[in-house]
Amino acid sequence: MSNPQQLRYSKEHEWLSVAEDGVSTVGITEHAANALGDVVFVQLPEVGDTVTAGETCGELESTKSVSELYAPVSGEIVEVNQDVVDDPALVNSAPFEGGWLFKVRTAGEQDDLLTADEYTAYTAG
Amino acid sequence: MSSTDPASDQSAEQRHTALDAVHRALGATMTDFAGWDMPLRYGSERDEHHAVRTRAGLFDLSHMGEITVTGPQAAALLDFALVGNIGAVKNARARYTMICRADGGILDDLIVYRLAETEFMVVANASNAQVVLDALTERAEGFDAEVRDDRDTYALIAVQGPESPGILAAVTDADLDGLKYYAGLPGTVAGVPALIARTGYTGEDGFELFVRPEHAVELWQALTKAGEGVGLVPCGLSCRDTLRLEAGMPLYGHELSTSLTPFDAGLGRVVKFDKDGDFVGRTALEAAAGRAASQPPRVLVGLVAEGRRVPRAGFAVVAGGEVIGEVTSGAPSPTLGKPIAMAYVDAAHAAPGTTGVGVDIRGSHEPYEVVALPFYKRQK
Repeated sequence: MSNPQQLRYSKEHEWLSVAEDGVSTVGITEHAANALGDVVFVQLPEVGDTVTAGETCGELESTKSVSELYAPVSGEIVEVNQDVVDDPALVNSAPFEGGWLFKVRTAGEQDDLLTADEYTAYTAG
Repeated sequence: MSSTDPASDQSAEQRHTALDAVHRALGATMTDFAGWDMPLRYGSERDEHHAVRTRAGLFDLSHMGEITVTGPQAAALLDFALVGNIGAVKNARARYTMICRADGGILDDLIVYRLAETEFMVVANASNAQVVLDALTERAEGFDAEVRDDRDTYALIAVQGPESPGILAAVTDADLDGLKYYAGLPGTVAGVPALIARTGYTGEDGFELFVRPEHAVELWQALTKAGEGVGLVPCGLSCRDTLRLEAGMPLYGHELSTSLTPFDAGLGRVVKFDKDGDFVGRTALEAAAGRAASQPPRVLVGLVAEGRRVPRAGFAVVAGGEVIGEVTSGAPSPTLGKPIAMAYVDAAHAAPGTTGVGVDIRGSHEPYEVVALPFYKRQK
């Protein structure tokens, strides 16, 4: 599997786009989606919520387990992906595209996030 | 994201089945199960589940524990050691039964095959195989019978689903039409000797094939080829769990444990008090039967979610703000398209259709409908 070069990655297996107009899109990586198995339920933060980098902001439920979703950056939620709430399988089928989770107006620095190459090395280890 | 999945535990001394290389070649996601490195899924567990319900699935179950009991008093030993009436099992038939402690607690649930008048094969759960072997060995004292550890003698491959009779018929001359549910006969499958049993754990018609480990790859490949045209797919333990849950079948460590008697588990019917002679646990089980009759214990029921959050083992079942039970197994049901669970609940809340029942899912009381088990029954 390949991790898109233009994205940044957290060690909790979220990806986010580099902020444009201060807004980043967040999802979970293909590596994480494969590890979870079939995702059947997603609980996302609500528009207007404030999330804090490194803290939980939702959950992803698969056949065998439930996993917490962490905010990779701090900020305000400006949009959530209703398509993925309605069809959680999008997380598995298109983790970097239609399976995105939410958009956040970033408030803090994104210094501790990994590049695609760093994340690939991290998940290989 | 951080997973709370306990299945990711790795053990340094994992055992591998004879099909290990096949699973890896198929790209299986592997998991530790009772010390064995087993396939969890090959692709999507939901697709594997649907394949078994509508077509057929192929499973490696070589982790199950086989114990052979032979000798003139083999039947008498098993009648003493187990709660069922094993002496009454006819040749080439199988019986679901349990082995209990003297205090009535369930040590394991078992399938016993009568291979001959004086020869039986006991199949134990992988996690309990040593416990069952030790108990049978100990209980054999004074009987003219031998208890043999045959865990390494067999690989076990199951083909399950509506297409399974046709698939198996393509690679065996055995009389499958004459083979009833819960029966087993020796035969040849794909050129290798096998015990062919019409048993399974999926709620579908299907077969379990006990073969020597050196024949396992050959048999797996022959079945794969025979199933190519009808949609047979390899299946892992993940879909096996959702299949058995939909079929309302208990799983040791979830619905069954040493802290429950068969009567507490709603399976008192497997205890045969009218068989000849004493058996381990009789006194305690008679007391348990009496208690169950006068003061019903918690009842194993089905729960169907109205929402989409999934109940897991150990979650509290609630009604009116009180805890009335506990979830023993829960998963999203691929067939129903909703989360389902088995749970032990107080008898007052056990009737199908009881309203106001919920499951405490991480602090939120989610509404559930109480239903009779099983959730799914195949059309015959």
